[in-house]
Amino acid sequence: MTDFSDAFGAALGLVLGFDADLAEIVGLSLRVSFLAVAIATAVGLPVGAAIALYRFPGRAALLVAMNALMGLPPVVVGLIVYLTLSRAGPLGVFGLLFTPAAMIFAQMLLVTPIIAALTRQVIEDLWVEYEEQLRSLGAGPGRAVPALLWDGRYSLLTAVLAGFGRASAEVGAVMIVGGNIDHVTRVMTTAIALEVSKGDLALALGLGIVLMALSLGVNGAAFALKEAAERRLG
Amino acid sequence: MILPLTIQDVSFEIGGIRLIKDLNCTLEAGPRTMILGANGAGKSLFLRLCHGLIRPTTGRVLWQGAKGRDPADAQAMVFQRPVMLRRSVAANVDYALKLRGMAAAERRAAVEDALGHTGLRRLADNPARVLSVGEQQKLALARAWALQPEVLFLDEPTASLDPAATHAVEQIINAIDAAGTRIVMTTHDLGQARRLGDEVMFLNRGRLLEKALAERFFSEPENDLAQAFLKGELLWWQRGRDNLKRNPPKQRRQ
Ligand SMILES: Nc1ncnc2c1ncn2[C@@H]1O[C@H](COP(=O)(O)OP(=O)(O)OP(=O)(O)O)[C@@H](O)[C@H]1O
Ligand SMILES: [Mg+2]
Repeated sequence: MTDFSDAFGAALGLVLGFDADLAEIVGLSLRVSFLAVAIATAVGLPVGAAIALYRFPGRAALLVAMNALMGLPPVVVGLIVYLTLSRAGPLGVFGLLFTPAAMIFAQMLLVTPIIAALTRQVIEDLWVEYEEQLRSLGAGPGRAVPALLWDGRYSLLTAVLAGFGRASAEVGAVMIVGGNIDHVTRVMTTAIALEVSKGDLALALGLGIVLMALSLGVNGAAFALKEAAERRLG
Repeated sequence: MILPLTIQDVSFEIGGIRLIKDLNCTLEAGPRTMILGANGAGKSLFLRLCHGLIRPTTGRVLWQGAKGRDPADAQAMVFQRPVMLRRSVAANVDYALKLRGMAAAERRAAVEDALGHTGLRRLADNPARVLSVGEQQKLALARAWALQPEVLFLDEPTASLDPAATHAVEQIINAIDAAGTRIVMTTHDLGQARRLGDEVMFLNRGRLLEKALAERFFSEPENDLAQAFLKGELLWWQRGRDNLKRNPPKQRRQ
């Protein structure tokens, strides 16, 4: 038990002292996950909205695929991206394997189905309520998309945060395609895995604390924002 | 001009059930039409068919004056339960004008004008979704006003409003009418139909049973069901019986 409390004390020291190594790792993690989620949002919102509003052949299959992809194990995504980006793979010429770009790509693949699936639900529900009114005003499904996304903004924010949660917490994909290279592709989750296996609990715990605080902070802020907005805007 | 509107042998069914049956009528420019009938008679469906929100299963909805123009651009509708977007009162009106392609510079004045005429100017910056029911109804009217449609369909615009709000809404409808918009509305308030109506259409179970000038309809309706409706006896009315002497169901049961 003293082992643990020693490690905990050291971890707090690292966090509160803004340890340089720890800050670098946290910084890279945030950068990778933010960019991945940003791209996933740019793709997932319109795709989700389109599936919600249009009936086309293969829609049901797409829905099933999207829901299945939501639960895809990160290691499988990592493996697929690894094969795609490795020298012999289709995108091998770009030499992206073991770079932050590869990690962003992998996390983007993990998060896009989540954002698209949740967006579809939100937009479909809104459309049921708005359809006749918007059609009467002259907006069919296509022209209604911006208004629907805007009116669903608080629910959609939750969807984006769910995506961010998944991206920042996963270890399998970034480990495989990033390689956990010190100062280059080491992020919080891969660092924790490594430090635990090396027995350096202080850094691992410190990172764990940051990761949890981040997750709690982001979700708490989102919850508060949504509550306040719904009370104010109806 | 998109009027006159001709409804030709229109039927509408869902799941094999005919909800509107062989409806024929023509709505000319000019008079204000009140559509009357019991709950479930098909009044809302009729408005939605006219407005083009649903397509007739058989028959045709013809805007005779449209001449190649899209008739939808010259119509507006105020729904039984209007939907407000999650933005300010003014922005709700502005959005409707934007969809019709009005330039931003003109929109500001048009929004001001519509809110002024409906008494909503002081609420312009409030979120539309937290307005009271009466205020939302006025906002729906303001939105329709701003569009300056040739034809305006109103589905029970004063249901669940208090007398003062009802009076205010009726005045707005009068003003929209005075500005040259053709009014077609449903109501359960016979007093209101008398006050606002030039002609009356009486629907029952999906059929148009009578279309007459309002004065005539209220003084001597031709259809026997319309007579019963005006007396408030439609519920226990049966053709071929001496209905006036029948007891209401409350006394018959026991
Ligand atoms: N989408 C639908 N599916 C099945 N039945 C429907 C549908 N829409 C309307 N109906 C039925 O059609 C009939 C007419 O409906 P409508 O809404 O036009 O009535 P209404 O005259 O407007 O009544 P109210 O005065 O209560 O508003 C009702 O019996 C209703 O149940
Ligand atoms: Mg109705």
